[in-house]
Amino acid sequence: MSVVLDLWHYWVVIILMMIGLYTVIARDHLVKKVMGLNIFQSSVILFYVAMGKVNGGTAPIFGEEGLVFSNPIPHVLMLTAIVVGIATTALALSLAIRIQEAYGTCEEDEILPMDREGAGS
Amino acid sequence: MKFAPLLIVLPLIAAPLCVLIRHRTIVRVLATATTWACLGIALHLLSLVGQLPVGETTLTYALGGWHPSVGIEYSIDALNAFVLVIVSMIAAVVLPVGPGTAADAIPKDKEYLFYTAFLLCLTGLMGITITGDAFNVFVFLEITSLSSYTLIALGKGRKALTAAFTYLIMGTIGGTFLLLGIGLMYQLTGSLNMAVIQEVLAGIDPTNKTKVVAFGFLFTGSAIKLAIFPLHQWLPNAYTHAPSTISAFLAATATKVSFYVMVRFSFFLFGSAYVFDYLQADRLLMPLAIAAIFVGSAAAIFQGDVKRLLAYSSIAQIGYMVLGFSLNSVTGLTGSIVHLFNHALMKGGLFLVVACVVHRIGSSQVQDWKGLGQRMPITMGAFVVGGLGLIGVPVTVGFVSKWYLVLGAIEQGRFVVAALVLIGSLLAVIYIWRIVETVFFQAPPEGSERCEAPLFMLLPTFILLGASIWFGIDTEMTAGFARAAAEIALPGVMP
Repeated sequence: MSVVLDLWHYWVVIILMMIGLYTVIARDHLVKKVMGLNIFQSSVILFYVAMGKVNGGTAPIFGEEGLVFSNPIPHVLMLTAIVVGIATTALALSLAIRIQEAYGTCEEDEILPMDREGAGS
Repeated sequence: MKFAPLLIVLPLIAAPLCVLIRHRTIVRVLATATTWACLGIALHLLSLVGQLPVGETTLTYALGGWHPSVGIEYSIDALNAFVLVIVSMIAAVVLPVGPGTAADAIPKDKEYLFYTAFLLCLTGLMGITITGDAFNVFVFLEITSLSSYTLIALGKGRKALTAAFTYLIMGTIGGTFLLLGIGLMYQLTGSLNMAVIQEVLAGIDPTNKTKVVAFGFLFTGSAIKLAIFPLHQWLPNAYTHAPSTISAFLAATATKVSFYVMVRFSFFLFGSAYVFDYLQADRLLMPLAIAAIFVGSAAAIFQGDVKRLLAYSSIAQIGYMVLGFSLNSVTGLTGSIVHLFNHALMKGGLFLVVACVVHRIGSSQVQDWKGLGQRMPITMGAFVVGGLGLIGVPVTVGFVSKWYLVLGAIEQGRFVVAALVLIGSLLAVIYIWRIVETVFFQAPPEGSERCEAPLFMLLPTFILLGASIWFGIDTEMTAGFARAAAEIALPGVMP
C-alpha cells in the first residue's frame, strides 16, 4: 500500500506519461497526436518539479538562518523545458496546418494512402 | 581555449542577423563565413587537445567564469574535438551549395530563412558536442531538432511535410526520454556536470534500480535520434523529401552527433564496466547492429529513388557504427569513431551528387538517371567514388573503417560477426551497381544533351569525395585521432 501512497507523485507522472504516449500512438488526427505529445512532455516536467520539492520547504528566497527551502535547480530547468515544449507545439501545429492545406485532411489514415499513390504535388 | 564559446556564439548570433539582413547575397556570404570560422576554431581546438601533456585528456572552459558546480562548463577531449571538426567541416563545405534544388520550393526572397535554420541547426550540433553539462545536451538537442524539422519541411512537395511531422513526433519522444534520463541521473548524483556525474555514478552500486532506469531512458532516447534499427522509421522519409543539401548535411552530421551522445553517456558517464559487464548491453546491441546492416542494405536494393536508397544505406552504415560500439574494445570503438568521419565524407558527398543531378534534370528517380554517365560524366564519376567507399573497396575511407571493425571482431574471436560485416558489404555492391548500371550502360533518352552541374555545386562534392580517397590512403591522421578518442573512452582496457 505504501508503494502507492508514499510515492503517489511518481504514479501521477507514470500515468500521465502513458496517457500521452498512448494518444501519440493510437490517435490518427495529427492535432490529437500533438496533444498527446504535450501530455507526455508535461509528465516529465511534473517529475522534475516533484523531485525538487522538499517536505515543508518554502520558496528559495533569502530569509532567516536555517530556513528549509525546496531545491530550485530542477524548477528552473523546467522553465527551459516548458519553452522547448511550446516551441515544439508551435512548430507541430504549423506543420499540421500546412498538411491540412496540402492534403485537405489531418487524419493520418487518410494521408498515408495518398502518399502511397505517389501523387505528390 | 578562450575561443571555445565562439563556436556556439558565432552561429547563434549570425542566425538572427540573417533574419534582420534578408538580402540574399549578403546572408549567403555571412552564413558561409560563419561556418568557415567555426571550422577554423574546431581545428584549433583539435590541435590544442593534441598538444595536451601526457596524462591530461580534457580541456575545460567555465562559461561566464561560474564555478562548474553551478555554471555550465565546456569540456573538450579527443572525442568531441574530433566530432566538432566533422560537424563544422561538413557545414562549411555543404552550406555554399545553398538551398540549390529547393530554389523552386523556397521563394528567392525567403531564402534567408533557410540560412537561419541551417545556422541554428549547426549551433545545436556543436553545442551538444562541446558541452560538459548534461542538461545543456538536452537544450541543444532540441535546438537542433526544431531547426532540422523546419529544414526538412522546406523540401519540395507535400510529402516533405508529413516526413517532417513524423520526425517531429519521434524526435520529441526521443528528446523527452533523454530529459527524463537526465532527471533520474540528477536524482542519483545531485549534479548536472558530466565530470561530477561520472565520479558519483562510479561509486553507486550497479544493482541500484534508478541507475538502470536512467541508463535505459538515456540510451533509448539517443537511439531514436541515432535511428538504430528498429527505431529508424523516421529516417528514410526525412532524408528523401528534404532538400538535397539538407539531406547531405543531416546525413553527415545529425546521426554522428547522436552517436557521440550515446558514446558519451555509455562509456564516460556510466562506464563500460557497468554497461557491458553488468548490463551486457552488447547482447542486445550486436544483433540489432547486424540486423541494421542487413535490413538497411537489403531495403536499399529495392528503392526506386536514389535519395531513399542512400537513406536506407545510412541505416546500414549506422549499423556498422553501433557494431563497433558493441564490441567494447579499443579497436572496435576506433572503427566506429573513424567511421563517423568517413561516413560523413561519403554520404555528404553522395547526397551532393544527387543535389547536382536534381539541379539539372529535376529527378532523383533511378529510371530517370538512364545514360547520365554520358550527360554528366564528372558528377557520375564522383558518384562512383562515393559508391566504392560505401562498399569498402581498398584505398577508399570505407575500407579503413571496415578494417578496424573486422579486426576488432577477430580480436575477440567473433569470426561470425567479422564474416557478416563482409557479407553486408556485398549487399552494398548490389545497390551501388544497380545505379552504376543504369547510369553508364543504358542509353540516355532521345534528344538529351550534356548538362554538367555548375562549378559551385561540383566543387563541394569533389572536396568531400576527394577527401574520402585522401583519407583512405593517408589513414594515420584520422585513425590516430579515433584511437586517441577510443582510448580515453575505455581507460584501463588493453588495446
